[in-house]
Amino acid sequence: MSASLTREDVAKVAALARLRLSDEELDLYTEQLSKVLQHADDMQQLDLTGVAPTAHPFGLINVVREDVVRPSLSQADVLAAAPDAEDGRFAVPRIVGEAP
Amino acid sequence: MTTAREIARRVNDGASAVEELERSLAVITERNAELNVFLHVDEEGAYAAAEAVDRAVAAGQNAGALAGVPVALKDNMCTRGVPTTCSSKILEGWRPPYNATVVDRLLAAGAVPVGKTNLDEFAMGSSTENSAFGPTRNPLDPARVPGGSSGGSAAAVAAGMTPLSLGSDTGGSIRQPAALCGIVGVKPTYGSVSRYGLIAFASSLDQIGPFAVTVEDAAVLLEVISGHDPLDSTSLPEPAFSLLSSLESGVAGKRVGLVRELVAGSDEDVERAVARAADVLKEAGATLVEMSIPELTLGLSAYYLIAPAEASSNLARYDGVRYGLRIDADDVASMNEATRTAGFGPEVKRRIMLGTYALSAGYFDAYYGQALKVRTQMIAAFSRAYADVDFLLGATTPSVAFEFGTKTKDPMAMYLNDVFTIPTNLSGDAAISVPFGTGEANLPVGVQLLGPGRSEPTLFAAARVLEKAEGR
Repeated sequence: MSASLTREDVAKVAALARLRLSDEELDLYTEQLSKVLQHADDMQQLDLTGVAPTAHPFGLINVVREDVVRPSLSQADVLAAAPDAEDGRFAVPRIVGEAP
Repeated sequence: MTTAREIARRVNDGASAVEELERSLAVITERNAELNVFLHVDEEGAYAAAEAVDRAVAAGQNAGALAGVPVALKDNMCTRGVPTTCSSKILEGWRPPYNATVVDRLLAAGAVPVGKTNLDEFAMGSSTENSAFGPTRNPLDPARVPGGSSGGSAAAVAAGMTPLSLGSDTGGSIRQPAALCGIVGVKPTYGSVSRYGLIAFASSLDQIGPFAVTVEDAAVLLEVISGHDPLDSTSLPEPAFSLLSSLESGVAGKRVGLVRELVAGSDEDVERAVARAADVLKEAGATLVEMSIPELTLGLSAYYLIAPAEASSNLARYDGVRYGLRIDADDVASMNEATRTAGFGPEVKRRIMLGTYALSAGYFDAYYGQALKVRTQMIAAFSRAYADVDFLLGATTPSVAFEFGTKTKDPMAMYLNDVFTIPTNLSGDAAISVPFGTGEANLPVGVQLLGPGRSEPTLFAAARVLEKAEGR
C-alpha cells in the first residue's frame, strides 16, 4: 500500500495521542509524516508472508523474581514529585460529571 | 588529557580525588557557557563522591576501577534528588526518587558523577538541536553540531570536561556523536547494560554505553556498568564484560567483512577512512572479505516505524498526573492534552504521532507488523554474515560533523544520518565507533566495527588495533 496521509488522519492521530495542533502544525506534520511513510514504501513492496515478527532482540521470556518483600520507595517520596497530591493520592481535575 | 585509567591509578595511590574533580569543574566553568554541554552540574554530589573516595583510599581500601574519575551522564538517566529532564520541558525541575543502576555502579567503582548533559529531547534526534534547552556545540568547531542524541556527553569528553561519559544508543545516539566529536563510542549488546533508571524511548532498542578518548578507557567503563541486573527484566543473565585482559590480543587470524551497504552513499573522506582501516586490519593479520548485506538498506524504514511506535506507547506516561509538568484545565482529558501540547517539542510530537499512526487500527499490519518482519530478516542476514566472518567494518556516519540548521527542515535528511548505525540496534548486537583520521575541514571521521551479541572483547581488540595505527 502506498502512503497517502491526509490532514484528517493527522488530526485524528493527534487527538488519540492527546496533542493539540494548530492549523499550521497540521499542514506541516501532514507533509513531514507523509515523507517518512513514503520512505517506508520500500518495505511495503516485500513479500514477507510466513516471516515471524521480532518484537525484541533476544526474546527473554517469563523473567520472574522470588516473591519476597524488598525495600521500595516510600509513598511520600513518590508523591513529592506529583503536580498535585491529596491524602496520600495523586490528585487530578474532575473525571466524571458534566461534559467539558 | 589524562586518561581515566591513569587518574584511577593515581587516586588509588593516594592522589586527591577532590583535586581531580576541581580540574574537571574548572574546564566546565571555562567552556560550558559557549558549548552548552551540561544542563546541570551537581557540585554537591560530586564533592561528596570525591571525598568518599579520598576517605576510602586514606583508610587503605582500593577505591575501585574508576576511583576519582569524573563522569558525565546523559540527562535521560535518573539521579536521585538531582534534576533529570531528558531535555524536555515536560520534565523540567523533576528530581527522581532513585538512581539508575548505572549510576549506582559508577559510584561503587569510585567514579564521580559531575552532572547531566544535554541531548535531543527524549533522545530523538541526531544533532542535539532538538533540546528544549538549546543545542550543544561541537567542541572541535562550535559552528557545527556534536551529533546526537547523546551530543552533550560526547562533547563533554571531546572538550576535556570529563575523561568519561555515558550516553544511550537507540539508533546510533552514542556512535554517531562519538564519530562527529572524534572520540570512542560503544553501543553494547542489548541487555548487557541495565536500563533500570534509563528513561525509556524505544525499549527494545535502547542501550546505555560509554564515551571515552581511548579504547582502553571505554573498556574500563563498560566493565564497570555491564552485568546482570534483576531490576531490568530485559537484562541478560550474564556477568560483567572482561575486556581489558584481551585488549591487546589483536586481529591476527580474524575474518573481517567489509560491507558495501555500510559505506554506500558516504562522502569521499569517510570512504577513504574505511578503506584505510581495512588496510590496517589486513596488515595486522586479518583476512578481509568483501560482502553485501542488502537487508541492511531496509533498516532505516523499519526503525522509523518501530522506534516511534514504542515511543508513542512509552511517552503516554507524561500525562501531568504523577510527575513533571501539569497545565491546569477543567477536566482530566483537557489537562492531559494541554500538558502534552505545552511540554513536548516538535520532533517528539512528530514521532508520537507517527508511532500512534503505525499502531492504529487498519495500519498496524501494513506498517508496524511489516517492520517487525523486516527486523527478523535483518537479524537473519546478520547471522549469515557472522557465520562467515568474526566482525564487520563500515562507516559510522555518512559525513563529518555538519553545520547547525542544515538538516532541521527535512526530518528524512536528519534520519539518514543513522543509516549505518540503526541495523545494530534492530539486531540487538554490539558495535563501536573509533575515530580514524580526519576528513573535510580537518574534522574527525569515525569508522564502525560491528559484531554479534557479546562479541565486545573481539571488537575492543580490533578497535585497539585501529587506535594504535593512529599513534594513540
